[in-house]
Amino acid sequence: MTDIVLHPGLVLICGALVVPWLRGTLRAVSIVALPLAVLALVWQVPDGPAWQTRFLDYTVTPLQGDKLSRLFATIFALMAAGGGLFALGQKSRVEVPAAFVYAGSAIGVALAGDLITVFAFWELMAVGSTLVLWSNGSEDSYRAARRYLMIHLLGGVLLFAGVTGHIVQTGDVAFTRMALDSPAHWLILIGFLVNAGAPPLSAWLPDAYPEASWSGTVFLSAFTTKTAVYVLIRGFPGTELLLWVGLFMVFYGIVYALLENDMRRILAYSIVNQVGFMIAGIGIGTEMALNGAAAHAFTHIIYKALLLMSAGSVLMMTGRRKCSELGGLFHTMPLTTICGTIGALAISSFPLTSGFVSKSMVSQAAADGHLQTVWLLLTAASAGVFLHAGIKFPWFVFFQKDSGLRPAEPPASMRWAMVAFAFLCIALGVWADPLYALLPYAVKYQPYTWAHVLTQLQLLLFSGLAFFVMLPYLKRTLTITLDADWLWRKLAPSLIAGAQRPLDSVKAWLGASLHRFGSDLIAMAVRRYGEDSRLARTWPTRTMAMWVLVLLLGYLVLYYV
Amino acid sequence: MDDKPHWLDQPRNVKRLWHGFLVVLALTVAAEALVPLHPHFEIESVFGFSAWFGFLGCAAMIVVAKTLALVLKRPDSYYGKRDD
Repeated sequence: MTDIVLHPGLVLICGALVVPWLRGTLRAVSIVALPLAVLALVWQVPDGPAWQTRFLDYTVTPLQGDKLSRLFATIFALMAAGGGLFALGQKSRVEVPAAFVYAGSAIGVALAGDLITVFAFWELMAVGSTLVLWSNGSEDSYRAARRYLMIHLLGGVLLFAGVTGHIVQTGDVAFTRMALDSPAHWLILIGFLVNAGAPPLSAWLPDAYPEASWSGTVFLSAFTTKTAVYVLIRGFPGTELLLWVGLFMVFYGIVYALLENDMRRILAYSIVNQVGFMIAGIGIGTEMALNGAAAHAFTHIIYKALLLMSAGSVLMMTGRRKCSELGGLFHTMPLTTICGTIGALAISSFPLTSGFVSKSMVSQAAADGHLQTVWLLLTAASAGVFLHAGIKFPWFVFFQKDSGLRPAEPPASMRWAMVAFAFLCIALGVWADPLYALLPYAVKYQPYTWAHVLTQLQLLLFSGLAFFVMLPYLKRTLTITLDADWLWRKLAPSLIAGAQRPLDSVKAWLGASLHRFGSDLIAMAVRRYGEDSRLARTWPTRTMAMWVLVLLLGYLVLYYV
Repeated sequence: MDDKPHWLDQPRNVKRLWHGFLVVLALTVAAEALVPLHPHFEIESVFGFSAWFGFLGCAAMIVVAKTLALVLKRPDSYYGKRDD
């Protein structure tokens, strides 16, 4: 064991700066090997502070390990490798390096021991993810990237204010558990929640993610929201507010996904939905619930990436993104169909998939805490996940009516990435022990009991029945559903335009009056001082002589008086 | 390979799948008689709880979504035409 521990996040970020200069096989190999090397480095980070230094009178800890940090850093590195493999054929030279900067920063947050480091990597994540979005190159993605950056810079400002306040009040920069007892801590919580996709700004997520390239969305889905879950687990476990925020997100995601037509926007709304489960777990705050939130973040990254890989494959091969234009793709894309369906089953927590062993821990924690309402809502939401993502996505993309499209399967690198992640979805579902061993607390939970399997099958299969019975109500139409982004895409511009008109007339009036005043002033000056004006006239000597005469006369008069 | 229709394209097979699905649904409910469920809450011990709760929950979510859509639905060119 050496004394020098490399920072896995910084290694990935520095590596990302080299990748654009590589070509051919070397590029392909390094894109997959670099994140795997980083994964190995994550496991070299010892428990406790590994890097410490002085910065602005504070002892900062840029690198620190414990089980929770390692769990998130592990899945981030794994995700960078899988996403890199999937994106090998990406034409953009910016996207994968930007994604690696993004992933490296997420790892940096996960391994940060103090709030200053958290903030620095937090902002670098915003830069990396914006570049991923931007690199798609279309006008829409450029605009979406600007809106995305606007929200994240806002979140960053709130976080910065909170962190500064916290440091001023406590004199301590360590990133530990916080209570909602000061405005600074509220600001930190709000900053974290903005990135988690929590209300009221959740619309940034479904607005931005689907505008990235076929591979970009795969990266975007993984890091920002799950980093937020990580910092909430570490900073605000057991904060009751989070329970209700999480439950809101769960249903918000379902309802909007049900109405959505864009296949990747369906999955984007379902990210909010899934993160809702995690945040609800953090709100419950028991060891079981926090384990559940962490485990669910881990499995979620894998199956959501898999779902978006299958959607990305469809987008790449057909150039279409609307459910109303897709369907019947199982004919010529059987592997993509199978992998997408495995992802859909995993997100639905079907037995033998990874979602089954992770999400159920959150529900179990609610049951253990005798939170009947919460448990009922979580159960209904689990049914709703099957409805909006588990069936709706594969049904409308791969089955339903035959669209007549007969696209080929995507290139080999994309197929292998999907197969690898599909394998992980099943493997973790069948054999959960390795995942449970990584969780922050000891796991005393057995997912596979007859009762659990049976009730889950009932719940999901009858949700499936509801889907097909009510299918006429779910037919896709060429519509979108207004979300909070309406506030900054329609309302604010129209308010500004509305305010512009009176402002313009005031400006015109002011200009005209100033102009008049100025011309009057000039005219007066010309009158006074111009040629032939009284003051500019040369005074003849006789005037002088006359005034001297007047003075002398006056003097004479005064002398005799 | 398109000459021969896929087995899923034949209405007969789709019907078979439906029947199979309904049988599985019935079996999951019937199996409740054999498996002790250890309910955490009173409501869970109602027969077939997960089945009807799942079905009604989904129906309710669809109704809520459709109601919301009455107010919030817009044509997808609402924010300007897409360039794809």
